Amino acid sequence: MTTFSTLHDAVATHVRDGDTVALEGFTHLIPFAAGHEIIRQGRKNLTLVRMTPDIIYDQLIGMGCATKLIFSWAGNPGAGSLHRFRDAVERGVPHKLEIEEHSHAGMATRFATSASGLPFGILRGYAGTDLVSVTQNIRFVQCPFTGESLAAVPRLDLDVGIICAQQADRAGNVMLWGISGVQKETILGARRSIVLVEEVVDFFSPHVNGVVLPNWVVDTIAVVPSGSFPSYAQDYSERANAFYAYWESVSRDRDIFLSWMKDHVLDTRDHSEFLSSLDSSLKEGVGV
Amino acid sequence: MSKVTSPSWTSDEMMAVAAARELGDGTVCFVGIGLPSTAANLARSTHAPNAVLIYESGCIGAKPDRIPPSIGDGILSRTADSVISVPEIFSYWLQAGRIDVGFLGAAQVDRWGNINTTVVGQYASPKVRLPGAGGAPEIAASCARVIITLRHNPRALVERIDFVTSLGHGDGSGIRQRLGLPGAGPRAIITDLGILRFDEERCHFVLREIHPGVNVEEVVEATGWALEVSPDVRETAPPSETELAALRSFTGA
Repeated sequence: MTTFSTLHDAVATHVRDGDTVALEGFTHLIPFAAGHEIIRQGRKNLTLVRMTPDIIYDQLIGMGCATKLIFSWAGNPGAGSLHRFRDAVERGVPHKLEIEEHSHAGMATRFATSASGLPFGILRGYAGTDLVSVTQNIRFVQCPFTGESLAAVPRLDLDVGIICAQQADRAGNVMLWGISGVQKETILGARRSIVLVEEVVDFFSPHVNGVVLPNWVVDTIAVVPSGSFPSYAQDYSERANAFYAYWESVSRDRDIFLSWMKDHVLDTRDHSEFLSSLDSSLKEGVGV
Repeated sequence: MSKVTSPSWTSDEMMAVAAARELGDGTVCFVGIGLPSTAANLARSTHAPNAVLIYESGCIGAKPDRIPPSIGDGILSRTADSVISVPEIFSYWLQAGRIDVGFLGAAQVDRWGNINTTVVGQYASPKVRLPGAGGAPEIAASCARVIITLRHNPRALVERIDFVTSLGHGDGSGIRQRLGLPGAGPRAIITDLGILRFDEERCHFVLREIHPGVNVEEVVEATGWALEVSPDVRETAPPSETELAALRSFTGA
């Protein structure tokens, strides 16, 4: 059954050194605040999983929290590169990062397979690409009925799944709407789960394309307003495009990056202090 | 920055307009971010009002009134006919063969339309680490046809790509048929200089159109392989007033 806690305690309880962790969000509802908390608590040797690792994974990698990344697209959408990720892959800074690389279709299949409790999933994919030769976890199987050759990928062995959602009710059920990515699969596919919500409500109102996660599949809920900033929560905030553009200037140089992380993450107590520490131009017009 | 090829439009604008013209009305199109998104939205606001734009974030039938900076922008989900999960978009929609056209960008492309978006240099010790595959490998495999858009230069259109992220026509010896890929693969490469089309008999891309103000030698020079030029190469029609006005209403130019 779900418990409510602070984000600090949720991370302290569920995320351990060496864990395989997915902080998911397909551009929308990305749990930035949880990533910052993992950095504050100094977790090490994590295997990070994400379809679209973006700025928060750049930060986790640059701060030395991760030894492996399983992913399908690593970039700063609409703004440029992830320079801390690139430094790790191109030069082994701050240390070597093992990568396991897939396509979106392959990663989506792995998430769905994990949620389904199956050992592997199949897709019509990867054929003829060089991904097959660099990623051991892409194999091919023959359909027992038609003989067609299909790609096979294993389940994700997730210790912890972390997402943002818009709302929880008082009984600990969770509701999210808008772009839902692999949020549901992240929670159902992980041994332990944390959901950050904007607010707790008495009753859910129906939303087009809404997704409800019942309370018995969610371990811990933390109420963290704007916990997805600079990503967004539809109907609560807008995506802070200015922050994504600004990140290019922070992450390019390792010393500037480290000093930024100290000022805004390590030396702030929680997400509301993090938000207060930022220049107002980075938050303009996004409702944070 | 894109260079100005005439007083009234830029080479990037010509590229977007040429790409948009590839989409017919009612076409169901899987759209990547950047130029593909600009071109698809331009098509929808001009000659193809019933084109269906599908974004990999799960937005089906998105109708944005500005070009979103990311594939997960709120404007896409708020204007979509349906918003579904990412596993569903790739399995029920792309893999099941419901998409007519896949619109892809590339860091490198070769004469067979194979695409690299993974690394420049060796995979194990890359010179430049690029973002990676995203949805492209299966878009290239499963859409009925694929259109590639990129800026034309010899580092992008190369003799040999460093990594096959998404399969085009392999080495031109019929690999798509041997692998049983459902889609016909890349049919056009649209650049800021001209249009290359896949030649079924020769099994590679051939220069078929040059944009106004560009000459054939320039295009050959900017291509990293010995580009074959069609004997009946012609000039692309310049952007119309309507196309330019619609494009600029999106890009804010």
